[in-house]
Amino acid sequence: MARFVAVRLLAAIPVLLGVVLALFLMIELAPGDPIQAIVGDIPVSPEFRAQVAEKYRLDDSIWQRFMAYVGNLLQGDLGYSTAGRQPVSDLIWSRLPPTMLLVGTSLVLAAVLGTAFGMIAASAKGRWPDGFINTWVLVAFATPGFWLGQLLIALFALRLGWFPTGGMRSIGSQEAGWAGIVEVAHHLVLPVVALCSLEMASVTRVARASSIEVLSQDQITTARLKGISRPHILRRHVLRNSLLPVVTVIGFRAGTALAGTVLIESVFSWPGMGLLLTDSIVRRDNQVIIGIVLMLAVMAVLMNILTDILYGILDPRIRAGGSR
Amino acid sequence: MSTNSTPATSRLTRTWVRMGDQRLLARLLRSPRGLFGLVTIVLLVLLAIFAEWLAPANPNELVGAPLQPPFSDGTILGTDDIGRDVFSNLVIASRASLRVGVLAAALAVLIGTVVGSIAGYFGGVVDAFLMRIAEMFQVVPGFAFAIVMAAVFDASINAVAVIIALTAWSQVARIVRAQFLSLRSREFVQAASVAGFSSRHIIASEVLPNALPPVLVQVALDVGTAILMEAGLSFLGVGDPNVPTWGQMLNSAQIFLGQAWWLSVFPGAAILLTVVAFNMLADGLNEALGAGSKR
Repeated sequence: MARFVAVRLLAAIPVLLGVVLALFLMIELAPGDPIQAIVGDIPVSPEFRAQVAEKYRLDDSIWQRFMAYVGNLLQGDLGYSTAGRQPVSDLIWSRLPPTMLLVGTSLVLAAVLGTAFGMIAASAKGRWPDGFINTWVLVAFATPGFWLGQLLIALFALRLGWFPTGGMRSIGSQEAGWAGIVEVAHHLVLPVVALCSLEMASVTRVARASSIEVLSQDQITTARLKGISRPHILRRHVLRNSLLPVVTVIGFRAGTALAGTVLIESVFSWPGMGLLLTDSIVRRDNQVIIGIVLMLAVMAVLMNILTDILYGILDPRIRAGGSR
Repeated sequence: MSTNSTPATSRLTRTWVRMGDQRLLARLLRSPRGLFGLVTIVLLVLLAIFAEWLAPANPNELVGAPLQPPFSDGTILGTDDIGRDVFSNLVIASRASLRVGVLAAALAVLIGTVVGSIAGYFGGVVDAFLMRIAEMFQVVPGFAFAIVMAAVFDASINAVAVIIALTAWSQVARIVRAQFLSLRSREFVQAASVAGFSSRHIIASEVLPNALPPVLVQVALDVGTAILMEAGLSFLGVGDPNVPTWGQMLNSAQIFLGQAWWLSVFPGAAILLTVVAFNMLADGLNEALGAGSKR
């Protein structure tokens, strides 16, 4: 198992290097003054310009510039936010927990409900619950999550007043402990619904397909002939066999959910990395923009590795093979 | 390359593909999803082409008081925050969405087909290298990259399409590669190879026409994805500010959610309908091609 994990982690290095290269080239190719491209469209003092030129070795060859860039990243230095007046890494770390909370909750909810819907659809194949769920999947796949967020705000926050319109805490709130958790959870409901709709639809689709496949297998017919009840069959045979594809799709969707959170956080003023990204775009704070995209890419790659490992635990055949 | 040098095998292939196309359309129209998708898309394209005639007012002109609800002041879908006609803006903005969607999908298919063909035909190290790159593009969230690119380069509407295509080609590459791997060992390809035709000829004239049907499904899906992505980019304000889009309309609707629901509901519904239509077309194509439920 340790070997399997090591192989997976090593395979991530070229991917991350590719991401860094792409971001580096983007700054290189950006139109205009290279220092302004790094710092963003913000007026800076001559001393700061000299400092930036020195740090990123702007007077050297492109290869040395790239090495300097990677070197800075390896030391955990993502640059300095001119607008935020603090290191980019500090800024991003402070915004990481809200994003993790939002994305994590959404993915868990999508996995659980999506699997349930998929199994319901599969066991009612061709009848109305199946048709209903299929139509919902079709619509959910085509719904922009941020628009769904706007509709939820208009209806459940502004019209009915059941939930707050945005943010993670009420303004000026000092609630701590249990009351604080309840407060955050109350703010979390609408953004989670908006973010997880798409992910839930993809899990449902996959869970339905794999459940239909399992239900047509001989072991199910045998189990039925033995007189085993339907719920028992669904739990023991179908659920267990559809877990693998569900894990895969969640790992695969983690990247899209992380990117989608940028839009959702913007709609709900959720104080995570996505909101920081949109704010930084308005302020043209390029170092922060690049830093967040790098962070999102790293998180997506890590989620993928985690999925592979989980897959290896759930299915020993994969582990023995070493690679997919 | 002159046509009379075409070998018999290839002519047979082409005839088969052409016949296949006619049957494909007939089968597509027989599937309810495919029919709905196709009809909706045709209507949307007509709407975009004749947008200027169909829009009751100039989209930039003030037609009444600001924030008037639908069916008031002689409007169909009401007015926006400065008194412009929402319906007219909606109609004009259909152009940008379709343009970006189709352009991005076409470019993604072009890149994906070239990469996938080379990887699948040559195999070995070339294949391993290209597929690693494709895998990288699949793992890393494309939308995040699209945001930075659009923001850093101040992208125009066509540049937005290029950016989206750059994040979307990898799936096509995988499909084309898989098709090549299975077609490479078939008799008609080997016959062409034995007959001494160049790799370029074999790739372009023998294998590719037969590898394309599953790509069609992916194209339809890619158009939908590209439209959603463009909407997201314009919503964040990193799209082309000079071209009216549905995403931009949703951006300006955000602060009026309490007073004017129609500013948000209709542009979003337009995106939803357009993307549903392309996804249904993809489903219909999938059924018509008999590829089963692979998605």
